[in-house]
Amino acid sequence: MRDLSLHLMDIVQNSISAKASEVCISITADNKVDLLTMKIADNGEGIEESLLEDITSPFTTTRKTRKVGMGISLLKASSNMACGDLEIYSKRFEGTTVEATFKISHIDRLPLGDITETIVTLIIASPHIEFELVLSNEDDCFRFSTAEVKAQLKEVPITQVEVLNWIREYINSGIKIIFGGVLNEILS
Amino acid sequence: MKSLAELEEIRKKTLDQMSLRKGNDGMRVIVGMATCGIAAGARPVMSAFVEEINKRNLTDVTVTMTGCIGVCRLEPVVEIIDKDGNKVTYVKMTPEKAARIVAEHIVNGRVCVDYTIGEAEK
Repeated sequence: MRDLSLHLMDIVQNSISAKASEVCISITADNKVDLLTMKIADNGEGIEESLLEDITSPFTTTRKTRKVGMGISLLKASSNMACGDLEIYSKRFEGTTVEATFKISHIDRLPLGDITETIVTLIIASPHIEFELVLSNEDDCFRFSTAEVKAQLKEVPITQVEVLNWIREYINSGIKIIFGGVLNEILS
Repeated sequence: MKSLAELEEIRKKTLDQMSLRKGNDGMRVIVGMATCGIAAGARPVMSAFVEEINKRNLTDVTVTMTGCIGVCRLEPVVEIIDKDGNKVTYVKMTPEKAARIVAEHIVNGRVCVDYTIGEAEK
């Protein structure tokens, strides 16, 4: 994967396959401890304990068509490459949380990528799922939630072009405020 | 900073137009969005489809995503299913190809044969 937004897209697909109705994505950059954390938490059907043990192996998968599943192992590899690690917490029928960390200043740390496009694409493809995005740095925090947007829109669907454009601008400004100058790929 | 209150304005504006945009029985565009697809560039392909379809105001076309379609070496893969259930599978997609497919296949009903899986496998 070329950047974190593509990894995010990939991991959220697992939440969708697990029939989650809510997915919370949080990205935290803390320059004091030089740590970037990307966390994806869902309320899907969870992962069986027996599977959880070797979930990061590319040869672990629940799909029936073939014996490989690369998503989680690729994210773990990207994380390890930047002195970070990947943790998965899951409880059957309650949900799963995937947390990947990265050393911000590491030369091999993947750039953030287009987080906005990932979120908008997810909304278009799964408008019935509630997505929450929380971006934070040491002292500030930005929050976007599809549930709030839908409450405001009432009978107008969230997939209307005008609404999607508003969401794009809204998230982009959030990224700029929170990560501008904090992550060197985002200009302040 | 933008605020949620702006959505109220958008809501009012789109409500008037919404009565014109009804019916969901048209074509379906399905983009393969598994690890293989994403790594090969499926996200910009899906964005291109959505953008082109909105630009042309094709309100009865739906764009969705699915998991791995099964031919990872030919990703990004896009399937287009018409009202009668006929399916065309396009492979090695790019945003540029997406624009052409919207214009020729979705609007004018002419399949872009050179982008299909049958051609790629020859």
